[in-house]
Amino acid sequence: MPIRRRVEMPKLPVEERMRSFKEVALGLTEEQAVQEAERCLQCPHHPCTSGCPVGIDIPKFIKMIAERNFREAYRIIKEKNAIPAITGRVCPQEVQCEMKCTLARMGEPIAIGALERFVADWAIREGIVEEEIVKEDSNGMNVAVVGSGPAGITVAADLAKLGYDVTVFEALHKPGGVLVYGIPEFRLPKRIVELEINYLKRLGVEIKTNIIIGRTYTIEELLKEKFDAVFIGTGAGMPKFLNIPGENLVNIYTANEFLTRINLMKAYLFPEYDTPIKVGRRVGVIGGGNVAMDAARTALRLGAEEVYIIYRRTEREMPARRDEVINAKEEGVKFQLLTQPVKFIGDENEILRGIQCIKMKLGEPDATGRRRPIPIPGSEFNFEVDTAIVAIGCHVNPLIQRTTPQLKTNKWGCIIVDDWGRTSMKRVYAGGDVALGEATVIQAMGTGRKASTAIHQDLKKK
Amino acid sequence: MMCRKFEILEKRTLAPKIKEIVLYAPEIARKVRAGQFIIVRVEEKGERIPLTVADWNRNKGTLTIVFQEIGVSTYKLGKLDIGDRLTDIAGPLGNPSKIENYGRVICIGGGVGIAAIYPIARELKKMNNYVISIIGARSRELLIYEDEMRKVSDELKITTDDGSKGRKGFVSDELRDMLAKGVKVDRVIAVGPAIMMKVCADVTRPYGIKTIASLNPIMVCGMGMCAACRVEVGGKTRFVCFEGPEFDAHEVNFTELMKRLNAYREEEKIALEKYLKKIGEVKPNAN
Repeated sequence: MPIRRRVEMPKLPVEERMRSFKEVALGLTEEQAVQEAERCLQCPHHPCTSGCPVGIDIPKFIKMIAERNFREAYRIIKEKNAIPAITGRVCPQEVQCEMKCTLARMGEPIAIGALERFVADWAIREGIVEEEIVKEDSNGMNVAVVGSGPAGITVAADLAKLGYDVTVFEALHKPGGVLVYGIPEFRLPKRIVELEINYLKRLGVEIKTNIIIGRTYTIEELLKEKFDAVFIGTGAGMPKFLNIPGENLVNIYTANEFLTRINLMKAYLFPEYDTPIKVGRRVGVIGGGNVAMDAARTALRLGAEEVYIIYRRTEREMPARRDEVINAKEEGVKFQLLTQPVKFIGDENEILRGIQCIKMKLGEPDATGRRRPIPIPGSEFNFEVDTAIVAIGCHVNPLIQRTTPQLKTNKWGCIIVDDWGRTSMKRVYAGGDVALGEATVIQAMGTGRKASTAIHQDLKKK
Repeated sequence: MMCRKFEILEKRTLAPKIKEIVLYAPEIARKVRAGQFIIVRVEEKGERIPLTVADWNRNKGTLTIVFQEIGVSTYKLGKLDIGDRLTDIAGPLGNPSKIENYGRVICIGGGVGIAAIYPIARELKKMNNYVISIIGARSRELLIYEDEMRKVSDELKITTDDGSKGRKGFVSDELRDMLAKGVKVDRVIAVGPAIMMKVCADVTRPYGIKTIASLNPIMVCGMGMCAACRVEVGGKTRFVCFEGPEFDAHEVNFTELMKRLNAYREEEKIALEKYLKKIGEVKPNAN
């Protein structure tokens, strides 16, 4: 029997994308979802599940979709994943569950991410989300979760279900971490994030915004004053720089600043909202990851005439998801590859006018397995831009590590943890990017799951 | 009395366009120290703006903030009344001022920066420093916190640009003359407009006196995540919110700081005009 083709998710037409921040990937219809679910071979050894950092029983929920029992499909996913409407959208399934799918070797893998999203969106539409609260009675123990991104959300949901009184501390004024300030509306609507956060609140989790742990309270104060355990999931949010001349010229943004102004502060609605943003005619985005794509696509939507991704390797080595690269190209983002900035050029008012770049070629593979970019001597050229966005990654947030000297860190500032998220400090756990370095949403959730398991085990013993 | 979080408990006008408010924020009040700041959002559609904490009362759970109505956010803040609430306050942010017994310290405050130098001067005095304060404003009516500064200073010097009070000239003129007269100084701390801090740093440089400036760049996050506030200090890019706000003034690239402060000048004008039109004021008052 020939294997049917994978159902492709419908997308918003390009012309319509460029006029708004509407979500680009539209989600599968019910018929499409069932059709796709029917392709699943239901392999007895579940290779896909082993590729899921939070261990969702993938074949089972897909079977339920094929049987049109969406409610049961939702229950199965939710057992392991507190925020499926989010992960269904932003997980890199192509290098996780879908890569392990048996069909991947025989053709095209099952669209697991699209199916997860379908189920989550269905549950939101049907109002099922409200009903699925299963929770043990309070055990009287208090857990503090620092950071309300993917890792923190997972720990908070897991422990609240087990009967812990959980308080989440968020430094910004809105919970969600990178889901709120980092990922744009057209890839992850903020309404979806709010809904998933509301689920936490219905589980009884208290979310305290505007509290900066390390400043407002230290970790030691949390342990002394109220909490039996603390989970640190503060992420990697401290932007890296190229360390080249001119990086502080006016109109050079870090991707974090650019995206925070737009996503969190709604600068795209200036002056209805007070926070401004400046997007020039020609924008250069430096970097080749998902964040670079997000920034480039955002700049186009804000009216830039030309937006370039400036990347020192080739498209093959780009860390961005394939789909995001395709979306970016469809929307008109141009790719200036094998190019490395060496200097930002400003005018007499220190306003950015261009980037001096050098051409690169690829050499031998480096530690990441990707071919190392090597500058070609004498190939310098000027690249005219009036806005630059630096999207070359982030360091872990250092505040808690610096204000908690007992907490051991590695040379990159990541909090050192064992396999279960235990730090060098008793009753203190960590997960997500602050322990992993930069990783994905679902990897962060995976480490959160392990930490919540450890916290439950350790506190039970008390 | 039950106070609500982020409620304004007291408000007074210190000078034209300069207001002082007392806010209920007990979690911050228990922790804040001299030199630290908070990030506030006045309302749902508002910006995140940094404001230095001028004073606090740990028992009452209050913070005192002094600000000048310059842009849309400070105008909106100035419109709020006793009993109104701010949407968000986060803090305390930044590193506290380093308070030690240095000996003889000159504390310089310019304009609204006088309120920011006040708690620093007070703590330095408590540590038995000999505190000489130089405070300045454009004119007599714009001079704030004179009484407060007098109480925490061993000597208080006043300058105004127009000579309507104290010495005619800038705070840096007073500083220059003092040093020229041979006054022995162990440390200088300056808070005010970037240009004022730059000139003060230039004045002390030949004497090799350790000089600290509390920087006031544009900020968004206030916690080391966005880098909007970055500035070159000693040839390196530093985050003011997270590594500052105080830096060695002799190492700060003030020219860069000033250019970056002007980055949104057009947008700030648009936003303010739109707001003033909305509330029925035609244009910002002079002053």
